[in-house]
Amino acid sequence: MASSLYTRRIWINRLGIVMSMFAMAFGLASLAWILWTLLSNGLAALSVDFFTQDTPAPGSAGGGLANAIVGSLMMLGVTTLVSTPIGILAGIFLAEYGDRSRFAQVTRFLTDVMLSAPSIVIGLFVYAIAVATMGGFSGWAGSAALSLIAIPVVVRTTENMLKLVPTALREAAFSLGAPRWKVSLAITLRAVKAGVVTGVLLAIARVTGETAPLLFTALSNQFMSVDMSEPMGNLPVVIYQFAMSPYEDWQQLAWGGALLIAMMVLAINIGTRLLFSRSDLKN
Amino acid sequence: MVSSVASSATGVDLHAARISVFRRQDRFFHGLTQFFALTVLLALVGILISLGIEAAPALQAFGAPFLWSNVWNVPESQFGALISVYGTLMTSTIALLIAVPVSFGIALFLTETCPLWLRRPLGTAVELLAGIPSIVYGIWGLFVFAPLFAEYVQPSLQAAFGDIPVLGGLFAGTPMGIGILTAGLVLSLMVIPFVASVMRDVFETVPPVLKESAYGVGCTQWEVVTRIVLPYTRVGVVGGIMLGLGRALGETMAVTFVIGNANRIAGSLFAPGNSIASSLANEFGEAEPGLHLASLFALGLVLFVITFIVLAASNWLIARGRAKAGL
Repeated sequence: MASSLYTRRIWINRLGIVMSMFAMAFGLASLAWILWTLLSNGLAALSVDFFTQDTPAPGSAGGGLANAIVGSLMMLGVTTLVSTPIGILAGIFLAEYGDRSRFAQVTRFLTDVMLSAPSIVIGLFVYAIAVATMGGFSGWAGSAALSLIAIPVVVRTTENMLKLVPTALREAAFSLGAPRWKVSLAITLRAVKAGVVTGVLLAIARVTGETAPLLFTALSNQFMSVDMSEPMGNLPVVIYQFAMSPYEDWQQLAWGGALLIAMMVLAINIGTRLLFSRSDLKN
Repeated sequence: MVSSVASSATGVDLHAARISVFRRQDRFFHGLTQFFALTVLLALVGILISLGIEAAPALQAFGAPFLWSNVWNVPESQFGALISVYGTLMTSTIALLIAVPVSFGIALFLTETCPLWLRRPLGTAVELLAGIPSIVYGIWGLFVFAPLFAEYVQPSLQAAFGDIPVLGGLFAGTPMGIGILTAGLVLSLMVIPFVASVMRDVFETVPPVLKESAYGVGCTQWEVVTRIVLPYTRVGVVGGIMLGLGRALGETMAVTFVIGNANRIAGSLFAPGNSIASSLANEFGEAEPGLHLASLFALGLVLFVITFIVLAASNWLIARGRAKAGL
């Protein structure tokens, strides 16, 4: 009797372990499958024209994504310039001043919620307050939407990083008579510089592929435009439009664009991991 | 003598002056950082208010029945949220039904069975999967997954379940590849890394002593995980699942590509439908100002409120799960 109980437990155990291995294999296989199709379809689209030509008119052959790449880079640049100082200062507040105050706790909680909030709703919000009131779609509006998504990422990484700084370091600076703002900016923030940079990079990676918030803010532009107050071409929206189109050339370009975006995001993610081990980033 | 006394007196004055300057600077810096911390709060409140204002015409015109009316008729300006809410809930449910057991398996493997030297690279791979932009999942789902699904999986599902009364209805209709089920499946791939990462993190908070005692009395690995680790981390695990749900509900691109974008509710999972996010992505750009636009804003408001509640619950649970580790 006892031996049959043991055998049953052993077999249930084996079954469980095998299932968990299958789950892991399933996860890895889907990653590999997606990357493989992305590479095999996307590489074919990459050429010199891809980077130098503007998006083609419907049905016409050739063309590239130059205008979309430039537009995306400009909007990402503005987003970085806007969200980095805001995010870092807010992070400093949470780590150095707020600590356990009610206000800081609420902010911390809502920032975490905003980290996963549906990005399309942020697009709606920016449409309502900026596009509808200030006369039309623009690169500025697109950057505003992306910034709202990027800021929570910067805030939380900055705060987590600053919390790793030993209190003794702050006390040493205070004892020399340094004012609080100087301790925050010149001592603690500097001590975790690499971590804060990581946070900014992760925020960029997060917004690089965001499509939904750009649909109603930056819209898209068939032509090269560097005017941020006009509708602006950008990779995610062009990928969306071209992939949904019936033209094979366009679909091809969409694959190329998707490959470009995915590679950029993966490069940032892997790069930051090489800079920092996982345990440093959390806590 | 005289001059040194005088200079020390001015030194004290200078010192006091400098301290008061510092104090003013500090107050300014405190206010500045607090102001920017406020931006997150302001954004959140701003989203609620502005969506509320924009949605007001639709909510006034249709009242509460907007939430459960299944009409979405643009020419006749009759709108209700049910079709999109149904699509959102169905795709998210399908996604979680698959993502939860798979994520549990991955977390179990990464924390218990995996050889130590493999843990780091495999864990990183799962996290990279979380970093892939959702539009990539969408384009992959549309061009690669959907055709294969229509050719191989859907017909065999119909062959297997087609004759069973209730179950057959779920798999009825032409296998087109795109539809509610496909959207749910692509969505499940998207949320697996999020759920698996949280589960792994909370599994790691279990004190080794607890597990070792269980092994000590002769438990198998499976028994340790299901009877020690899982009960201990219950709260955090539920939080992780809620995080996945929050992600799935609001996901736009991965769903819009493959859901089929049809404004009706069909009993079959093979039928095309619409989620809140995909309706917004499809119709918002071309909507005429008026009831149509207002109704889309109302959909956005519904989505935001639902995801906010789910994500708030998730954060609260995950924080509680992590706090337990500190005890």
